[in-house]
Amino acid sequence: MNISYNGQALTLSQPQSLLEVIEAQGAKAPFAVALNGLFVPRSTLAEQRLQEGDSIELLSPIQGG
Amino acid sequence: MMHSDTPLTIYGEQFNSRLLIGSALYPSPEIMQHSLVASQAQIVTVSLRRQNSVSAGGDFWQLIKDTGLRVLPNTAGCHSVKEVVTLAQMCREVFATDWIKLELIGDEYNLQPDPIALLEATEILIKQGFKVLPYCTDDLVVCQRLADLGCEVLMPWGAPIGTGKGLLNPYNLKTIRERLPDHTLIVDAGLGLPSHAVQALELGYDAVLLNSAIAGAGCPVTMASAFNHAVIAGRAAYVAQAMPEKEVAAPSTPTMGMPFWHQN
Repeated sequence: MNISYNGQALTLSQPQSLLEVIEAQGAKAPFAVALNGLFVPRSTLAEQRLQEGDSIELLSPIQGG
Repeated sequence: MMHSDTPLTIYGEQFNSRLLIGSALYPSPEIMQHSLVASQAQIVTVSLRRQNSVSAGGDFWQLIKDTGLRVLPNTAGCHSVKEVVTLAQMCREVFATDWIKLELIGDEYNLQPDPIALLEATEILIKQGFKVLPYCTDDLVVCQRLADLGCEVLMPWGAPIGTGKGLLNPYNLKTIRERLPDHTLIVDAGLGLPSHAVQALELGYDAVLLNSAIAGAGCPVTMASAFNHAVIAGRAAYVAQAMPEKEVAAPSTPTMGMPFWHQN
């Protein structure tokens, strides 16, 4: 299964949840997640099953004006 | 006797400082920290970016938390209602605040806010419980519509972001102040000098929000202190009520008892 993770192509050997992929990628708190442009609350990351072509964005705090 | 003043109010929270400061573009994290302290600001703006980008992550967030300042997340860089709503929701979860500095860019050249999409996004976010601080142009009707939607705070620009040009249209800003007397008004973006902040406060604006003017100065820490003094001076001048402007000269020294009165 081919997906996108923060703009990088990623191939999954088996179906996984959003939480499993994030943990496998070594994400460090604090962060928030969007799937295909829609916010996914932290409490539901484990329930979200990924599909072919999904796009994950994992964002963390940065400087802002 | 000094005239008493009221604190800055943002969605029911009160602040003594009338300077909101950004956390970006400083030469180093240490200079950012010292600048925040020197500014005496109580509110700092932050954002979200991909975790694999250069500096996004927990280290920066810990620096900000250590300052103890109130955090105002922004949606900088968004160009659509969908993007801005998603980013606002992500900010709320990460920063644990329902405040959002709503930035929705309509033009890449001058980073001008898209007033139409801004209204649409504001309506959606307010319904979702956000306390929206919209970055908007100095258009009176757009500000009125934002107020109608429930924004208690409006943030018209002084000039395009990062230009340092100051208040390009004081007439428009003054008109917004006069027409929305009960709203908290903050000039956001475009300031370059402390005198620009003084001017905004003298017009009756409740505060200014800036970043580049401090971070881009030769000595950001000193400039942060200068802006702190500027907002204090500008606000005091507004509260004190300036003298009426006149078209002809009027002597300040008494003319009664003047010796040698026009003897020539």
